[in-house]
Amino acid sequence: MNEAPNIFALKGITKQFPGVTALDHIDLDIRQGEVHILVGENGAGKSSLIKIICGIYALDEGEMYYQGAPYTPQTPLDAIKAGIRVVYQEFNLLPFLSVAENIFFEQLPQNAGLVDFTSLYRKTQSVLDEVGLDVSPKTKVEQLGVAQMQLIEIAKAISSASKVLILDEPTATLTPKEISRLFEIIDRLKRRGVTIIYISHRLQETFEIGDRITVLRNGRKVNTCAIEDVTVPEIVTMMVGKEMGAEYPFEASIQPGKEIFRVENLQIRSSHAPISFNLREGELLGIAGLVGSGRTEAMRAIFGADPKLSGRLFLHDREIHVASPKDAVQNGISLLTEDRKRQGLILDMPCYVNITMTDLTQVSARGLLHHRAEVSAAERLIAELSIKTPSVDKWVRFLSGGNQQKVVLAKWLFRRPTVLIFDEPTRGIDVGAKFEIYTLLWRLAAEGKGIIIVSSDLPELLGICHRIVVFSNWKIAGEVERSDFSQEKILSLAYQEYINHTPLPIREEARP
Amino acid sequence: MRAKNIAYFLLREAGIGLALVVLCIIFSIFAPRFASVANLTNIFTQISINTVIAVGMTFVILLGGIDLSVGSVLALCTVVAGLVITNEALPVPLAIVCAVLSSIAVGMACGFFNGFVTERWKIHSFIVTLGMLNIARGAALQISGSRTIFSFPSAFNQFGTETLFGMPYIFIIAVVLVLAGRFVLNRTVFGRMIFAIGNNEEAVRLSGHNPSLFKIAAFTLCGVTVGLAAIMYMLRLNISSPILGVGFELNAIAAVVIGGTSMSGGKGSMVGTFLGACIIGVLNNGLLLIGMGDFTRQMVTGAIIILAVIIDTYRAKISVQVAA
Repeated sequence: MNEAPNIFALKGITKQFPGVTALDHIDLDIRQGEVHILVGENGAGKSSLIKIICGIYALDEGEMYYQGAPYTPQTPLDAIKAGIRVVYQEFNLLPFLSVAENIFFEQLPQNAGLVDFTSLYRKTQSVLDEVGLDVSPKTKVEQLGVAQMQLIEIAKAISSASKVLILDEPTATLTPKEISRLFEIIDRLKRRGVTIIYISHRLQETFEIGDRITVLRNGRKVNTCAIEDVTVPEIVTMMVGKEMGAEYPFEASIQPGKEIFRVENLQIRSSHAPISFNLREGELLGIAGLVGSGRTEAMRAIFGADPKLSGRLFLHDREIHVASPKDAVQNGISLLTEDRKRQGLILDMPCYVNITMTDLTQVSARGLLHHRAEVSAAERLIAELSIKTPSVDKWVRFLSGGNQQKVVLAKWLFRRPTVLIFDEPTRGIDVGAKFEIYTLLWRLAAEGKGIIIVSSDLPELLGICHRIVVFSNWKIAGEVERSDFSQEKILSLAYQEYINHTPLPIREEARP
Repeated sequence: MRAKNIAYFLLREAGIGLALVVLCIIFSIFAPRFASVANLTNIFTQISINTVIAVGMTFVILLGGIDLSVGSVLALCTVVAGLVITNEALPVPLAIVCAVLSSIAVGMACGFFNGFVTERWKIHSFIVTLGMLNIARGAALQISGSRTIFSFPSAFNQFGTETLFGMPYIFIIAVVLVLAGRFVLNRTVFGRMIFAIGNNEEAVRLSGHNPSLFKIAAFTLCGVTVGLAAIMYMLRLNISSPILGVGFELNAIAAVVIGGTSMSGGKGSMVGTFLGACIIGVLNNGLLLIGMGDFTRQMVTGAIIILAVIIDTYRAKISVQVAA
């Protein structure tokens, strides 16, 4: 491959968050007109790096050069003006406006101060043709499906003459047909000289379109290589790191006992098959699957946080009825949500308030709170989980991510549940805190509790679970026992429902 | 730890207290009559009703809600209580008791309605209580035939003017309610849930609670305080009328906001609300004494409310630093 000039040169990029070094002296060159793949586990630093490039975060150390000149974006607008566009995982669309208005929101064609709708719709139609989306420019965005919204985001990004297009997990919600359409678009943009930075967890697909690939791990760059020089397993090894054995504790002495919890024919959407699985005492059950495969939704429905269409739950072989989180908690089921800041914690209240929130009856009598009982209960759990906080009065907002997650854990331990469901328990926390959380999971298992762990971090599930249930497109694609664990097996199950039961398109050299 | 708590207390409540003291000093200088016993008693009487309503309003605003209907509901309560108390079929002591209970019951029912509709259909309380503002006013006019009701029993009228150690009874009732409200907020499970829901309702729900129950209870409680305030107003004026209480919601909200409670919920205190009500009362009285007209007074009060909110944004920043 002939060496194109660099459009981006990043030197020693460092970004600190309280308690976590998100990026640690990253050097990275992006060549003009290439498709540069960025991979890494959750929390490896991909998103932080993108946010620095597009002006959302300020960097703590390091320099950026864009087209040969120093580049210091202060706001996202600076990045847009420089020709850098990002398509985020989450949508930034205005649901009640039309497709056309959304795509050209920043540059509506005007005529004497009025929107020139004729020209707007004509321009929109040509962009829609380009991304291959067959909807009217006048359609309201709220009427579109998720995949269509994703394509609208892409259409929005390519509507302006951008030089760099950053795609953050663009295929998470797309079907194989739409993905191949997207790859055609990427190919066309590349021929037009647009540089593309492409972030994805789906390693196979990145091999189809990438020129070079950079692997990040724990905020550091592991390597950048030309795509034809590496294989999927090599990339996985780089992402996971060599010390995998030590990273995940597994206690062979703790073996699951009898069944304590069973889900039968749970249905959340009428269009999908019902879900059934069980959980045993002292078992760590992993739930794997791609983002958007219905894992989180299933767990929320079990907990009563969202409504379900049908399904029965059994605890110790006795049917329980869960219509709200209150019912679930009273039956001894707890859910540690994915988004701890918005759903798990009351950030602007002290640690002890958060911890006792799950069961105020323990620290009150006839409606009156016993402050001393609350504080001593909180102090006990803070010591037990070694939560680093100057006092129980400290607002949770001021703790580090790992310690916040431990406060969430503490509040559920305070309730003494039978079944604990963890949704992404280690997302965004550093390695040391992760290890402590795994150790705690094992301690709970040793006490005979049933533990369900939903995670996008496959090595984590492979490392700590007894058994993994794999979700694929809102179905359970299969169950794998620890003796049969392998990354390939679980990934192929996870993709199963997306590719109509045909084998995964793994390249020859990628096979072990 | 103690020192930090004291600093925090100073920022939240003592600052408002300090402003109140400064206002009193200024008025004493420019209007010698201000500091007289007669005038201070007058102020105590004037702020009592607003204080009681503001106690209830504090619960609602701490949840991130609002109750615009309190003024109209107060009128409805006075009308119902007025009809009961003037009912000649009842012996006087029983009539008084029934009047008090019916006023509280009416306030409670209206508050429950506000809370229930807000929660059952997830409508913003601004809209629901705006509807109730009209419903209650209309009902008051309907029930009373748009007439003022008077000639209450003399025992009732007399109690309104009585004092204990120079303090009007209705002011003592208001202070007791503030203390009770403070106790409920800081020491009970209910109060804890109010703060927690105001901060992060979803986290509370996912912790296994039903926030709707607490929210409905808070609106109901606000209605109860309105029912009480209605009786206190009748003690003061010795009349019931369907046109009483116009604009009372704004005074109560102003007291809560000047007292440092955040309109988005989750942060605030009952003592702050009381001090806020005192500031409004002192301003109204003091500005009148130094010769300011009605219209100018209204403008000044409005400016003070805005100023209080501006100061609060700084206070929030500093208290975050203290907590860190």
